Amino acid sequence: MIPTLLGVAALVFFLLRVVPGDIVELKYAGAGVYAPKEALARERAQLGLDQPLWRQFAVWIGGFTRLDFGTSMWTGRPITYEIGIRLELSIELALMATFIAILISVPLGTLAAVKQDTWIDYFVRIFSIAGLAIPSFWLGIVIILAFVIYFRWLPPLTFTSFWVDPKANLSQLIWPALAVGYRYSAVATRMTRSTVLEVLREDYIRTARAKGLWERAVLIRHALKNALLPVITVIGLEFAFLVGGLVVTEQVFNLNGIGKLFVEAISQRDYTMVQSLVVLTSFVFIFVNFLVDLINACLDPRIRYQ
Amino acid sequence: MTRTSVKTLTLPAVSRFDRWLETTFRFTRQRPLGAVGAAIIGIMIAAAVLAGFVALYDPLATDYATMLQAPSSFHWFGTDSFGRDVLTRIIYGSRTALWIGFASSFLGATLGALIGVTSAYFGGKIDLVLQRFMDLLLSFPLIILALVVVSLLGSGMTNVIFAITVPMVPRCALVLRSSALTLREMPFVEAARALGFGPTRIILRHMLPNVMAPYLIMLTAFLGQAILLEASLSFLGLGVAEPQAAWGLMLRGAAVDFAERHQPLGLCFQSSRRLFTRCFGSEAAGVMIPIQSRL
Repeated sequence: MIPTLLGVAALVFFLLRVVPGDIVELKYAGAGVYAPKEALARERAQLGLDQPLWRQFAVWIGGFTRLDFGTSMWTGRPITYEIGIRLELSIELALMATFIAILISVPLGTLAAVKQDTWIDYFVRIFSIAGLAIPSFWLGIVIILAFVIYFRWLPPLTFTSFWVDPKANLSQLIWPALAVGYRYSAVATRMTRSTVLEVLREDYIRTARAKGLWERAVLIRHALKNALLPVITVIGLEFAFLVGGLVVTEQVFNLNGIGKLFVEAISQRDYTMVQSLVVLTSFVFIFVNFLVDLINACLDPRIRYQ
Repeated sequence: MTRTSVKTLTLPAVSRFDRWLETTFRFTRQRPLGAVGAAIIGIMIAAAVLAGFVALYDPLATDYATMLQAPSSFHWFGTDSFGRDVLTRIIYGSRTALWIGFASSFLGATLGALIGVTSAYFGGKIDLVLQRFMDLLLSFPLIILALVVVSLLGSGMTNVIFAITVPMVPRCALVLRSSALTLREMPFVEAARALGFGPTRIILRHMLPNVMAPYLIMLTAFLGQAILLEASLSFLGLGVAEPQAAWGLMLRGAAVDFAERHQPLGLCFQSSRRLFTRCFGSEAAGVMIPIQSRL
């Protein structure tokens, strides 16, 4: 885990240094004032950009070990603060989208498998293919348009924390969560359908039915419990990408989340910010992977990790 | 003599067409979803290739007399804020989407295949280093990696293709490595090695042709993702630049028009009906992205 994080950190650090244009020039260009060479040099020295690369890298990684992520080169505020005010929104959105995806995919996938090759199955398959194919930003635009035109209502534009005002919070986040959750349910639905189909052909299902067990018990206790392992893996991996990868959806719904911060930081060449964000998303990715392994081991006693 | 030869020449030609019809019919009966998909792709590719003949207008010609019009018999999907015909731009946009999609998924899958097979062939340290590097690339979200590459190279068609290629390489390399690993132990690879062939020849001539099945699967699977990614990038304003017709850009244009008209006016709904019909045109572009991306 730590070698992977170190590798990610090194990769993004040197990749960013190759990108043409640096933050100091961009800052002055944005302000529209002429800056003499000495001023630029002074600014660079202040940010530590005049040091040799290996030294900059060492300082940055050294800060990491003390959980000191440094300050944003653009705003000058601590990175933990900048990320902190956005992380709540991003995590909540990712959790809601995952929850919606599970709510859609598990029942629908099971239904499709049980009613294989009937019109129900076809409907579910078309529904899930559509989810795979429709870009979530298009769905987002349609949702907003529908609200504005038919209900003359717009979701609130500023984020309020769930703990302060749950109603305002949910009425803002439920729509992007639906748009994203539908998209992410598609893969899980197809996965559920195929694994349930596979499990239903097993001998122990026939045994369960032969001893006269209630069909619902056969499905839920015998089939689903075994079929859900790969589905959990898929959903878990997607959750990791939801935290940092919702760039476009956040743009559509005007949400101030991690994805938006990412785009801004990249376009401003805010080195420290981009580096920290990349390490953060990789950390979430690795951590969720670990969690998924744990959950799988809990559900299936045959899986053992050394 | 001549009569028989005429018979054998003409009969197969007719029956071949019949057989083709029959096969198509049977395929449509057995797999209706696949047939619908094939028909849609056929239409898309035809539209992209024949854009100049199918489209009635110039995709770049601006006309200030016909700005933001609702759909009419002249402009089936209406016009955008520069008076350009939306249907024409959708047709030309399919060109952009298909070109970027095919180019980047081909490049990505091929590079991934080369890396995957090479790393499987050599094994040991080379395999370890290559795989760790691919793992690094894999732990970036797809779109973030594409964004980093775009900011590295700048926007524009070629750079977008490259930006979409980079995140696809590790995903493809992972899959093809695992199928090439079993190949390495096959007798024919051993035989080639015994004959004294070098690694380049064995990888290119003996191993690569045998991973064609997973290669093609990855290629088609990425085609859809590439088209979606291209649309997302242009939607963010980081992909193909404005005068060119691209679906993501058209959706972005529609959203901007909509926001500009509405928010300053305090959500003025008198014009909303017209705006809706106007936006519907660009939404047709939105409907086409999904259809195309599920090849």
